[in-house]
Amino acid sequence: MTTSLTSANNAAEHSVTTTVENDDTNEHKPKLSDYEKLAKKEAFNKELKELAFQGLWKNNPGLVQLLGLCPLLAVTSTVANALGLGIATMLVLIGSNLTVSLIRQWVPKEIRIPIFVMIIATFVTCVQLLMNAYTYGIYQSLGIFLPLIVTNCAIIGRAEAYASKNPAKQAAFDGLMMGIGFALVLLALGAIRELLGQGTLFDGAELLLGDWATILRIEVMTLDSQFLLAILPPGAFIAMGFLIAIKNAIDNHLKEQAPKVEQKSIERVRVNFEQS
Amino acid sequence: MKVAITNNAKLLAIFAIVCTLIVAVVNEFTKEEINQQAEQYLLTTLHSIIEPERLNNDMYHDCLMVSDPLLGNKTQQTIYLARLNETPVAAAITATAPDGYNGNIELLVAINVDGSISGVRTLQHNETPGLGDKVELRKSSWITSFSGNVLDGENDSRWAVKKDGGMFDQFTGATITPRAVVKAVRNAVIYFEKNKTFLFNNSSADNSVSCRG
Repeated sequence: MTTSLTSANNAAEHSVTTTVENDDTNEHKPKLSDYEKLAKKEAFNKELKELAFQGLWKNNPGLVQLLGLCPLLAVTSTVANALGLGIATMLVLIGSNLTVSLIRQWVPKEIRIPIFVMIIATFVTCVQLLMNAYTYGIYQSLGIFLPLIVTNCAIIGRAEAYASKNPAKQAAFDGLMMGIGFALVLLALGAIRELLGQGTLFDGAELLLGDWATILRIEVMTLDSQFLLAILPPGAFIAMGFLIAIKNAIDNHLKEQAPKVEQKSIERVRVNFEQS
Repeated sequence: MKVAITNNAKLLAIFAIVCTLIVAVVNEFTKEEINQQAEQYLLTTLHSIIEPERLNNDMYHDCLMVSDPLLGNKTQQTIYLARLNETPVAAAITATAPDGYNGNIELLVAINVDGSISGVRTLQHNETPGLGDKVELRKSSWITSFSGNVLDGENDSRWAVKKDGGMFDQFTGATITPRAVVKAVRNAVIYFEKNKTFLFNNSSADNSVSCRG
């Protein structure tokens, strides 16, 4: 029981709650399960936070893992296209992660890859059919890159690395965060390229979002002729390089400030330990 | 060993069946909507080059399939016929320009009964973005410069880009694309002039199902 208590304390982190907890446990022992639940919940929340941080920043599929570069570079010539592919990829990621996690007990590891691929292909086909039916315009402009989501390594990568080892809720959340991370990179790249290439933002958004979205179109500057480099794939590579450089620069900047923060947290842990 | 193989095979088969079932169900649900969308999309294009007020037949279903070297190297092209009270008004012909800069350019050419162009649209192309893709109406209004023009005999020298002494603009930095489009439209008009009577007599609403696969 003591071990579970310390683990609960460690997970609880805050020294204030720890002291209250100690008082209570001495009086009513049965209440412990509540705290275990609380600790579990907090651990769960912590895990979610960590997943969000991993997906959106630290382990971003587009900027860090560099997975799924083919669609990333090919369709990001406008924001509307980027958004369409981003949403499609995110839906597939959530669905495949959730399913892979749910069936992980029944799948022997020798045949897990073909099964993951089948699941992913099913989700991609469904998303493709749905987009064909309800967002015909964007389906046309995404072309071959929609079915090609099947081959996006980010998806099978997450299924293999995370979803096949973790419970459903976390896996779905991981899918959501990785999907958002990927979509954000797509959007940033799409915005940069559309702005440089055509001088507009959200051109063609009505194809994806319906007729009301025509008002979203912003003409930032009028260009007599389009800036070709930005529209063609080489421009995507260059813009992508800059995005990665910016991300690394921010990381380095944060790392310089990091040591102080680390020391503080160590102290706090020690205080916790002595109290309990 | 053998047991493991059979078990794995069974599991794989089960997954394959379940996945196929899911896809089949989604397909069944969306099939109608997809067909409608495709029809709607084509009708919008058709109506943008042949004004809907000028006809009162079901143009989408009043069509026939033809194949002719003049319409490009593709085997089958579709011709949609527009009529007002059974009188022929115009025909919209899909044509392929085989000599685009980057492969085929698929066009939809609408020609009035008198032989003048009612309108042209690009359906599909792989031309260079920013240069050749000005054949799209979204990028440039160049494609509308065909409207109202008449081909004066098969050797009409005006039907070429300006660089070749014709009347249609080329784009800065891209001559091959407009040249291919002009040639394809011109060939479509020649085809139409040759086969006008045949087209309008041969297709009627009842045998039209043939062009809808």
